Amino acid sequence: MQTLDMADIELREMNETLHAQAENTNQTSWEIVNPKGAHAIACGLDAPIEVTVKGSTGYYCGGMNKQATINIEGSAGPGVAENMMSGTIVIDGDASQYAGATGHGGLLVIKGNASSRCGISMKGIDIVVHGNIGHMSAFMAQTGNLVVCGDAGDALGDSLYEARLFVRGSVKSLGADCIEKEMRPEHLAILADLLERAGADAKPEEFKRYGSARELYTFKIDNAY
Amino acid sequence: MCGIVGLFLKDKTLEPQLGSLLTKMLVTMTDRGPDSAGIAIYSNDSMDKSKIVVQSDTPETDFDGLDSALGQVIGAPVSMKTTSTHAVLSVPHGAIENARAAISQVNPALRIMSRGDTLEIYKEVGLPKDVAARFEIEQMSGSHGIGHTRMATESAVTTMGAHPFNTGDDQCLVHNGSLSNHASLRRKLRREGIHIETENDTEVGAAYLTWQMQNGATLGEALESSLDDLDGFFTFVVGTKDGFGVVRDPIACKPAVMAETDQYVAFGSEYRALVDLPGIEDARVWEPEPATVYFWSHADQPTKEKAA
Repeated sequence: MQTLDMADIELREMNETLHAQAENTNQTSWEIVNPKGAHAIACGLDAPIEVTVKGSTGYYCGGMNKQATINIEGSAGPGVAENMMSGTIVIDGDASQYAGATGHGGLLVIKGNASSRCGISMKGIDIVVHGNIGHMSAFMAQTGNLVVCGDAGDALGDSLYEARLFVRGSVKSLGADCIEKEMRPEHLAILADLLERAGADAKPEEFKRYGSARELYTFKIDNAY
Repeated sequence: MCGIVGLFLKDKTLEPQLGSLLTKMLVTMTDRGPDSAGIAIYSNDSMDKSKIVVQSDTPETDFDGLDSALGQVIGAPVSMKTTSTHAVLSVPHGAIENARAAISQVNPALRIMSRGDTLEIYKEVGLPKDVAARFEIEQMSGSHGIGHTRMATESAVTTMGAHPFNTGDDQCLVHNGSLSNHASLRRKLRREGIHIETENDTEVGAAYLTWQMQNGATLGEALESSLDDLDGFFTFVVGTKDGFGVVRDPIACKPAVMAETDQYVAFGSEYRALVDLPGIEDARVWEPEPATVYFWSHADQPTKEKAA
């Protein structure tokens, strides 16, 4: 276990140390102490390492992550896991607005609640929230899965494309062109896999699926240039 | 961008540390806005007096003999404490309206920062650490306070464009965001006879609350109606004689984090601002909901009013 203490080193030095880890590094386990809400912690990682942040983080923790597993033992500020490509990020506490925004891949697990705009414009990332999510979540979501074990706020899935949204609790309101859809066996299988990987003890059968009605002007071929 | 902080003390033993805790919180928020900074401190040090804080760009000449000149005009004793560009004028309770009117008579160049029984506002162009040092904020004690560091968008970087804005007696407002209907609202409020000094959007927000309250609304009601009448982005923190309130617009893209322990309720634009508070590790930390008015008061039980 390597320890990086943010009371002793600058953010840039810490991130450069993590960036220097190669595909076949022997130093696979890292711990970051004294994060104190700093911005951009463990951003841009690209190695199969495990990083544990001992405390709460500020803006953009784990942004652009590839391969790495990042555990946040606290809550995360805005834009956690933004544009994640692969790997796993697990947050013990809550996540602020636009968690997992534009993410292309990997798994983001939020054990508390997520704020507004969770999964906005997601492009393939899987997001599992153990608690609730705020308004305008999955706005213009393109692909990937958003699983919510609690409730969803206003305007869920507004203007979404092919992303799948699974909500166990209530949905305050659906956004434009977002509708409830039938839950087929292949969806239950996707859900079962995600819930297991996210350590959530909910049953797939308890969820409803939401998706795009494909009625907005963007889906009409006559509007193509 | 802008950074906001607020601290409401439940535990009286922390009161001597209010200025230093608030200064530390605000300095941490410096990179959210380097243009100007301001702090509002509420302290109960003069029960039978009211306070007007004035600012001058030439304090050596303007503050010389200001207390006696003002005292002559209002026919009551006035005491004065000067710090850098600001002077705190203490007048007998009840003489505050007279004194406020008389200040522009005595010296029209003076700018009024705040008025009230317990409120003092200190604000200037510059970084939080410099503004706080200039007014020796760290030495101040009090029951609650709010602070702001500004990244200017809607109007010029001046002392009068700095936050907090004083609304009514003992009331003030800080804002992160931008109001897009401030020009039309300013015209409307001016027609209603409300005095608005600058081209700043937040001052219009503050004047709007004043106007609502002049028409009988409580601060809570004024904040709730602001959700309908103000167009734009805002996270507001308001200070009152007894406590402070928080409201965010329904879109809520301007950040806000709150923490509560047995000793205090704290507000920060980011969690970073709260990390040095005592006992933060065990505090309840959460984000205030959009379009929801929150209040903490020394006078009443804490309330959370859900807006329509």
